[in-house]
Amino acid sequence: MSSTFKQSIDEAVHNSNLTGALGRFSEAYREGRAKAYEGVDFEAVRTRIAEIKGGAAAHLDELADEFKQNAEARGAKVFRASSPEQVKDYILKLAKSHGVELIVKSKSMASEEIHLNKHLEAQGIHVAETDLGEWIIQLAGQRPSHMVMPAIHLTREEVAEIFSKEVNERLSSDIPRLVKIARRELREKFLNAGMGISGANIAVAETGTLVIVTNEGNARLVTTLPKIHVAIVGLEKLVPRFADVAPILTALPRSATGQLLTSYVTMISGPAPNTDGSLKDLHIILMDSHRTEMAGDGKFQQALQCIRCGSCLNVCPVYRLVGGHVFSKVYMGGIGTILTAWFDALKESDDMQSLCIQCGNCKEVCPGKIDIPDLILELRRRLTKDNGQSPKERAIFAVVNNRRVFHAMLRSASLLQKPFEKDGFIRHLPLFLSGMADFRSLPAIAGKPFRDVFPTIDQSEVGRTSRSARGLQAPQQTSPEQAFPERALESPRGSGEPPHQCTDRAAFFAGCLIDFAYPEMGQAVVKVLNKAGIEVAFPDEQTCCGAPARYSGAYEVAAKNASDNITALLKQDVRWVVSACPTCTVALKHEFAATFESLGRTGEIARAEELAAKVVDFSTLVRTLVEEGRLKLKSGVDLGTLTYHDSCHMKRTLRVDRQPRELLQFAGYDLVEMKESDMCCGMGGSYSLKMPEISAPILERKLVNIEATGAPLVAMDCPGCAMQIRGGLDKKGSAVRVRHTAELIADMVE
Amino acid sequence: MPTLFESFQSRAQAVSAEVHRLSTRAEALEFILDLVRSLEGDRIQPSFAVWAACPFLDGLDTAALTERAPGLAFQVTRGSASTATVGISQMDLGLADTGTLVQNATAVEQRLVSTLPSVHIAIVATEAIVPDLGAALSRFYAKDGKDPSKQQSAASPPPYLSFITGPSRTADIERVLTIGVHGPERLIIVCVDELCLNGLGGGQ
Repeated sequence: MSSTFKQSIDEAVHNSNLTGALGRFSEAYREGRAKAYEGVDFEAVRTRIAEIKGGAAAHLDELADEFKQNAEARGAKVFRASSPEQVKDYILKLAKSHGVELIVKSKSMASEEIHLNKHLEAQGIHVAETDLGEWIIQLAGQRPSHMVMPAIHLTREEVAEIFSKEVNERLSSDIPRLVKIARRELREKFLNAGMGISGANIAVAETGTLVIVTNEGNARLVTTLPKIHVAIVGLEKLVPRFADVAPILTALPRSATGQLLTSYVTMISGPAPNTDGSLKDLHIILMDSHRTEMAGDGKFQQALQCIRCGSCLNVCPVYRLVGGHVFSKVYMGGIGTILTAWFDALKESDDMQSLCIQCGNCKEVCPGKIDIPDLILELRRRLTKDNGQSPKERAIFAVVNNRRVFHAMLRSASLLQKPFEKDGFIRHLPLFLSGMADFRSLPAIAGKPFRDVFPTIDQSEVGRTSRSARGLQAPQQTSPEQAFPERALESPRGSGEPPHQCTDRAAFFAGCLIDFAYPEMGQAVVKVLNKAGIEVAFPDEQTCCGAPARYSGAYEVAAKNASDNITALLKQDVRWVVSACPTCTVALKHEFAATFESLGRTGEIARAEELAAKVVDFSTLVRTLVEEGRLKLKSGVDLGTLTYHDSCHMKRTLRVDRQPRELLQFAGYDLVEMKESDMCCGMGGSYSLKMPEISAPILERKLVNIEATGAPLVAMDCPGCAMQIRGGLDKKGSAVRVRHTAELIADMVE
Repeated sequence: MPTLFESFQSRAQAVSAEVHRLSTRAEALEFILDLVRSLEGDRIQPSFAVWAACPFLDGLDTAALTERAPGLAFQVTRGSASTATVGISQMDLGLADTGTLVQNATAVEQRLVSTLPSVHIAIVATEAIVPDLGAALSRFYAKDGKDPSKQQSAASPPPYLSFITGPSRTADIERVLTIGVHGPERLIIVCVDELCLNGLGGGQ
């Protein structure tokens, strides 16, 4: 990570205009988008878009040929350009041959991608951007900070300043007045320009149609008044049929700005008359510039399903904090990182990809159904493969990958930290490590890790006690009850005899945080499961779930972790593998197989899937146990109010949000929802260590939302979130307590 | 269930369009002339309002109309449209679910009157309001060009097809919604019951 990059982050998070405007917008966006989609089946629409655009991405070349043929049959000239240079040369030649001195442009990301204005201006041709935001940016000599709202980082006072210089007139910061000035100034340019340049949002192959979407009406003028119209169209804009326009136009305005439809949509199918009676000289440039290459990559082809709505930016907790300039490229945010890696170069995406906290918000709202976080991880993996890990990361993973050394080190760390520890928190770390802790307190490493606590837990009361609770000594023979636990459950109980309670067994996967920082959460899990008649095993050979390695792109390390854990856990004769950490649950349930697949180790996928089938998160399992009547919660106790924080992996990968809420309400808590309960807390595993300057303000927002509920208690299902939020509240001196759902339920089981 | 018109009206009003419904062409004409005169006030000048050729005007004596509203012109040129305050045109369809107007705007005067003046008066047949975008698209193009259920379908979409939803707008400065950037700042929609889908009533 370059120091200029770190510096640009620092500048952005301290720019209150920017963070204020973006923050307000992102909050309004959430509601506006939801309202715009009322009565529309978003899943159905995006599935249709993904089919249309996914199919198109697989046939770019044929569609481009078909488009060319049909558009030319209607009188347009179509030029297929493979490189940005060809596009620039074509336009320059065209402008020169017609003596064009002034060009008006409506918004085109493709033209920005190839830095067209600079090229034309260098040849003495004046180019005027006509989208208000783009014009402001052009006059200010800046770069857009958002794909849909390019000047969102500027205040009205700054815009007044910029316009005053342009028109040589002292202007006030009255927005309607500033807009009028823009109308007046740009109207002259529209009427005098020799050429209009536009992009296109959709290009239809079967009719040679361009679809252009705007709110201001500038594209209508750009395509009507000058006698030459040049449209620059990235190949990914192609769709086969005219009817395909409907689902895309259903999603694009709703996802971009929360509008049902933009003020103007223009569909151009061949030249229309000019004002002097001649026909428009219509040139359509189909630009490849690495799109075909991207389509040829099995993993990244789906990125071409993007409709450029910018919703991945609007919901991103990092983007709304730092804005587009930190990305330092034409495309920004989640999809921008991916496009930059292809349209520019993989290594150019290195800084950008490090901004992703993997919260998954963007994947939820993407109308092109693109798994943006997964593609960013894939970039990270390829970058790590190309560049190798940093020495620091290599050292860390060498330790993590050696279970014994890792565990020994964590134990000794619990002794070394003593001088810095107070009340179970570390508030100040020495020297360079202090950057990790100065926005929140870190938990002290437990004096006795869960793996040492576990053998002291008495499970003798749980059902039959013929077997040891220790996973290490689990029997290799499968009894009928174990093979068919459902049947065992139904077996009748003799009335005079001691209850013949048949026992289910579950293996507990603790994960590093519960094992070494929060063993009490592990104890709570065991207590609750025991009460439901479930005997818990704790296989000692379990190690890190591999998530930190995977999210850092170190897939080989993640695969070693996966393999060790699969061996340890499949050795157990258990019905469930339970975890109280959503990140670990996701690793065990979804990522082990994915990691093997990415590395081409297909032989190991079956065992990963065998394990995955048994894996369940604590709240889901316990909610079921309560429903089945196997577990009873004390009733009639009023425990007061609490609020609940949804962890990213819990909510968006495991799709669990109702279960813990219901459990806590059954237990006697009055739930008060916080604002943005499912917004990331800024932890992101090692992200908070690598990017403390971003993690801290994201956490701050979360803390404000928690405290605003007035609840004295916040529950969550993730020890990572608990570490971040508890540390933040402690640092702030807040009285709000933080508990894992398991701890709260453990207090209330009968 | 709201009718197509009711839905169209509420959607259009939600994006700052003004919607009026009149039963006959004669009433609509009086309404439009009143509107032009009220906008004109004392600022009477030739081509204060430019009205693009459309089925609504069929059989009407335009010279007589100009006498009644002195700034009204029926010659639409780049020059007249760029100095006019009001543009008037007839649209082909309305979309109920978004309050959108749809027009084959291939003839350049249709585009000039709806882009350059600051007020756009858009006439549309109440009957021409269809449910949604999908319905509109199939009116303008069907692959084989002879989909029997959609007689308006053609073998090729028109060269310039316009969709208009409310007046021109921007939120590019501080996300503050501002009406009337490059296009009209007022969109006045006049729905006429007597008109049929593609022109005057009575002929179908």
